[in-house]
Amino acid sequence: MSRETILNLVVLAALFLVALAASLSGQPYLVTLATKATILGLAGIGLNLALGYGGLVSFGHAAFFGIGGYAAGILASAAQNYEPLMTWPVELPGTTSMPIIWLTAVIAAGLVALPIGALSLRTGGVHFIMITLAFAQMVYYFAISWPAYGGEDGLSIYVRNTLGTLDTMSPWTFFLISYALLLLVLGLVLMATRSRFGLALAMARQNPLRLTSMGVRPFNVRLTAFVLSAMAVGLAGALYADLNRFVSPTMLSWHLSGELIVFVILGGVGRPCGPLIGAALYVLLESELGRLTEYWQLPLGIILLLVVLFARGGVIGLVTGRRSHA
Amino acid sequence: MTTLLELKGVTAFYGASQALFGIDLDIAEGEVVALMGRNGMGKTTTVRTISALLRPREGAITFAGHPTRGLAVHRVARLGIGLVPEGRRCFAPLTVEENLAAAARPGSWTQSRVEELFPRLAERRAQSARTLSGGEQQMLAIGRALMTNPRLLVLDEATEGLAPVVRQEIWAAIHALKGQLAILVIDKTLKELSRVADRCFLIERGRTVWTGTPADLTPELTDRYLGV
Repeated sequence: MSRETILNLVVLAALFLVALAASLSGQPYLVTLATKATILGLAGIGLNLALGYGGLVSFGHAAFFGIGGYAAGILASAAQNYEPLMTWPVELPGTTSMPIIWLTAVIAAGLVALPIGALSLRTGGVHFIMITLAFAQMVYYFAISWPAYGGEDGLSIYVRNTLGTLDTMSPWTFFLISYALLLLVLGLVLMATRSRFGLALAMARQNPLRLTSMGVRPFNVRLTAFVLSAMAVGLAGALYADLNRFVSPTMLSWHLSGELIVFVILGGVGRPCGPLIGAALYVLLESELGRLTEYWQLPLGIILLLVVLFARGGVIGLVTGRRSHA
Repeated sequence: MTTLLELKGVTAFYGASQALFGIDLDIAEGEVVALMGRNGMGKTTTVRTISALLRPREGAITFAGHPTRGLAVHRVARLGIGLVPEGRRCFAPLTVEENLAAAARPGSWTQSRVEELFPRLAERRAQSARTLSGGEQQMLAIGRALMTNPRLLVLDEATEGLAPVVRQEIWAAIHALKGQLAILVIDKTLKELSRVADRCFLIERGRTVWTGTPADLTPELTDRYLGV
């Protein structure tokens, strides 16, 4: 086992044990914090597929996070208000079933990511960053001005959605659900990056022209990565909405896109568990420094600056050294 | 033998400056063809137009019956052109195995067959390409091109910058490949080229000036066009 694999296992185990200890010692607030770190880490792992492995610096992934969130919110609110989701061409009821909501969130995020990716990937570099931001802002302003689902005020989910007979309102149970999905997505991302698709994605980042003359079109590989990445982030969005029992356009804002990038950079770009470490640190700093000062983002900024200047591999890079691969 | 690749009156430009003024070239199925000429005469540019990395301004390029004009680079590669670019160009951070696996397209060339041709690659399977010697990188670049199961292998500067011993290994591999697929090879060592090629094309200032077998390549010709 490489040092990085050991570190990944330690981080995953630590997250689990912190939540377990908090739950056993009756500190639900801590369990919720761990859940928040898990879900944001899941979103970061999704973004990492595009940003870390594909070198696609998307500044618009909040769009997919928010779309996942709204998928959860809209389906749940329709079910809770006993109103059909739509009546034409077929009558579709809402639902509070988590698996259906997750599936809807993932598919919706993927469907939106497809045209956004197809258009954005015609550009590169700064233009790619700006055009993904522009698309995300379009979704953001649409959500603000669309009154049907709360507009700027957002949308409340009165009771957390259901998964079988589990008591999802219990912080520990909801943590376990989020944690299981984190492991699932992490496993899928690892499989994808080690497959031929993952190799091609790394090659497209290193030298697209050389890949092209091997008979592979970099655009297709990148678009696949972009869509898969958006789907993972969409799933995280649906979980986040359930965690807070609230969805608002804040989930779609460019601040969130930036935060997701911060998770990836803080933890280690292109490292499987990097974003999880980044998200956990972020949540920790937010809660601990946030108690001391309202301006907790100032020290975060300084930490980020130090990481970018002196630890290009992020926290994982600090512990395990330069990556040997990709 | 049927013609696999044909270039007719191909001209090409880099921006405003013309690099090719009329290249005629043809390769039959299974044939080994040497493309010769001094530096700057358009050998690499010719290779770039064949693999569609550079668009010809005039003329026609046909590969396996398909005109390649207007086809995307990856489509041309998929028709069956395996390019080994000048300067080797492996994906440095990836391992030997990964470099090969990513290129694989269905056909008779597999990783084990490539490793049979270049046993050194089998020894280095799990090493990243950046740790390989120049010769090993060239073997990997050839192996990667073979993994796409091409009908035409294009070697631009097949042995440039390699140690004499390694050059011999590369030439031995080219001899071993002869007959299995068509090969277009560019190199500076006339002796080795003459030994392996079925036919030679001499180009000067972006034009095909002479075609014939290595046996017909007189000292006058090599003096005039290759300066050796």
